[in-house]
Amino acid sequence: MNQQIIISGLGGQGILFLTKLLAQAAMDSGNDVITSETHGMAMRGGTVVSHVKIGSFLSPLIRTGQADMGFFLTAGSFEIHRAFLREGAPAVINTPRTDGPFAIDAAAIAREAGARMATNLVLLGFAVKRDLPFCTVSIMREAIGRLSPSRHRQMNIEGFERGLNYEGGAS
Amino acid sequence: MDCIENRILMGNEAIGRGLVEAGCTLATSYPGTPASEVLESVVAFARETGAPVHTEWSVNEKVAYEVALANSYAGKRSSVAMKQVGLNVASDPFMRSAYLGVVGGLVVVVADDPGPHSSQTEQDSRFFSLFAHIPVFDPSTPAEAKDMVERAFSLSEEYELPVMLRPTTRVCHARQNVICRAPRRLSRKASFEKNPARWVATPRYLTKLHGLLNEKVEAIARDKSFLPTRIAGDGSFARRCIIASGVAYANVHDLLREMGVLGRIDCYKVNLPYPLNRDFIETIDQQYDTVMVFEETYPTIECQLAARGVRGRRTKDVPNCGELTPDIIDEVLRKFLGLSPTAKTEPAAPGVRPTLCPGCPHRAAFFAIRETFPDGIFPSDIGCYTLGMNFGAVDTCHCMGACISQGAGFYHAYSADGGAFPTVVVTIGDSTFFHAGIPALVNAVFSGARIIVVILDNGTTAMTGSQPTPQVGIRADGSRGRRVFIADLVSASGVSFLRRCDPYDMETFRHHLIEADGYIRSNDGGVAVIIAEHPCILDRDSMKNQTFYEMTVEDSCVGCRICINTFECPGLVFDEGTKKAVIADGVCIGCGVCSTACPVGAISADSRSESI
Repeated sequence: MNQQIIISGLGGQGILFLTKLLAQAAMDSGNDVITSETHGMAMRGGTVVSHVKIGSFLSPLIRTGQADMGFFLTAGSFEIHRAFLREGAPAVINTPRTDGPFAIDAAAIAREAGARMATNLVLLGFAVKRDLPFCTVSIMREAIGRLSPSRHRQMNIEGFERGLNYEGGAS
Repeated sequence: MDCIENRILMGNEAIGRGLVEAGCTLATSYPGTPASEVLESVVAFARETGAPVHTEWSVNEKVAYEVALANSYAGKRSSVAMKQVGLNVASDPFMRSAYLGVVGGLVVVVADDPGPHSSQTEQDSRFFSLFAHIPVFDPSTPAEAKDMVERAFSLSEEYELPVMLRPTTRVCHARQNVICRAPRRLSRKASFEKNPARWVATPRYLTKLHGLLNEKVEAIARDKSFLPTRIAGDGSFARRCIIASGVAYANVHDLLREMGVLGRIDCYKVNLPYPLNRDFIETIDQQYDTVMVFEETYPTIECQLAARGVRGRRTKDVPNCGELTPDIIDEVLRKFLGLSPTAKTEPAAPGVRPTLCPGCPHRAAFFAIRETFPDGIFPSDIGCYTLGMNFGAVDTCHCMGACISQGAGFYHAYSADGGAFPTVVVTIGDSTFFHAGIPALVNAVFSGARIIVVILDNGTTAMTGSQPTPQVGIRADGSRGRRVFIADLVSASGVSFLRRCDPYDMETFRHHLIEADGYIRSNDGGVAVIIAEHPCILDRDSMKNQTFYEMTVEDSCVGCRICINTFECPGLVFDEGTKKAVIADGVCIGCGVCSTACPVGAISADSRSESI
């Protein structure tokens, strides 16, 4: 199993948490995994990007045009980092304009659910339901339960479930 | 019992785990990206496994190094972790520790930042190890970084030398599944053997110690266990080879496989770039005509090879600056191997620049400083507050603590010309003040500088993940320590003008700035210090005591955009339809400060009880 995933957004949107979840789920599915993340000053609202490589890779970085799918926490982030995607790779985008095949207004869904901070989890649930990342719903659900800090666990699970159950968009 | 477990660890966590497993009894550090998580992980894994480790956030890297050094003199395994520019600060004890050596293993973790992503240089600490004659390991993945910790301790104890472990950002902040084992319990008792000829080592002993150091390095260079490993080629690329180390090796490996060339050309992986194995140097010289070296960030291996036909950063076949990303290596490799180049694709676009968080107390301070002294000179320093450059309130940023000395230097430059001098307002964070600001303040006071120093005290080292300062009174392991107060240090430095206030109260803060300007220009004026005290808004506990407001932009907004462009709060955006500012829902935290920043008073604040 080899899959390369790019995750892009702004500091504070939970990019690191998504990265951790995908890495944990990869290991729990019996795969090797290596990721790369952005730390430091960029986390103060600047552009941050994570690379997740599942399978027999040594390098934590994805080459331009090699990502098999992408999570984009803002439409602007998609414009910035779409170059990482290989041609035709699905791009799961959080945007109020839900006109793409994998575009979803995850922020609005999270807000409605009273889980404003869980926009990232809505996006994840939406993608897992559509079999875009490598893992099953149950393995990811377990990873969320395990890695969430207790004060956010309920909110994260709620966000994930809302994403799973979202009916709009292509499937 | 060796209980084995597979876990996802970040590179820095893997290193921290490795230190605990190796029986390290003392770990020190000063926070700095990309090294900060090493000590935090030592704390976490020591707690989890019950391993006895003294941990501390030392006030700076020099102090951290010296504390670890003495623990090693006493026979115990020790470590110190820092970012690459931290080694500049610790270079004094570092250089001499090579001559005097160690007893218990000493592993010096120095995290480099090719790129750089979050540093003031992209210097290569392996060059520093070469300079100091200290062996250096160069891990390519988190799992390997962890394994190298034990190897580094063994090497350190075998030769009684400090050993450096040099990860780079892409190892520190990579996550990987890593094998974890139970920690070793070495149970060594502290036992310092006095030996003035070694531990005091006055100049007459040093030539001999230098000779001994050279012998140790020579022996390590001949040690076959550090021979670079090789993926052998099948002869398709005769008398050509690739040499790589660190994460550059990981990139080369994955790219060769992608190109279908892995196993067709000799590819060497260097684990110990200094001292480079002597037999390896000979092999490369004799068996190859053309050699391509990939390493970050300076040509450390390349310089030691120095045979004809060796290409790399020195020869500019590999770009001589910047990070070696897969895209860059791909281009060089294809050219070297005679493969057709990858079709050019649009690279990633430049991203959004970082800015201070909504509600950040630094924003209020910078806005007031810039407004009060439009013609001032503003030396600043390293931390979140470097982002004050977005406000035009940061004119210089150099290295930890430099702002106060640079402020003094600016004063002397202008005052020597006679007449009025510009107001120099220095901004320095609380952690940076402890790190290197104290000697600079004493010097500025004593040398007669007339400057305003604003200490931005947010009660934490925010940029690197909120590590506590000595004033907070909480140690690295969470225990209580004796608090050391900034105001006391300022007074003891000979400062007679000292004011403290919350920068959220911008009126009072402005008043203090004006008063301070009067003081520095008075007959007996000197250095004026204002401590701007407000906790970092990322500190959840402190936020429980903060009053939050429901912010509204009234119709009286004139659309001047001062709140957006000059105050630069992400909590306010411009509505192109109404040509007025609006509160950004879900971004604004309701600190209320923008109501005083608005020149026409169009932003109102109603108190509410809960934070968002």
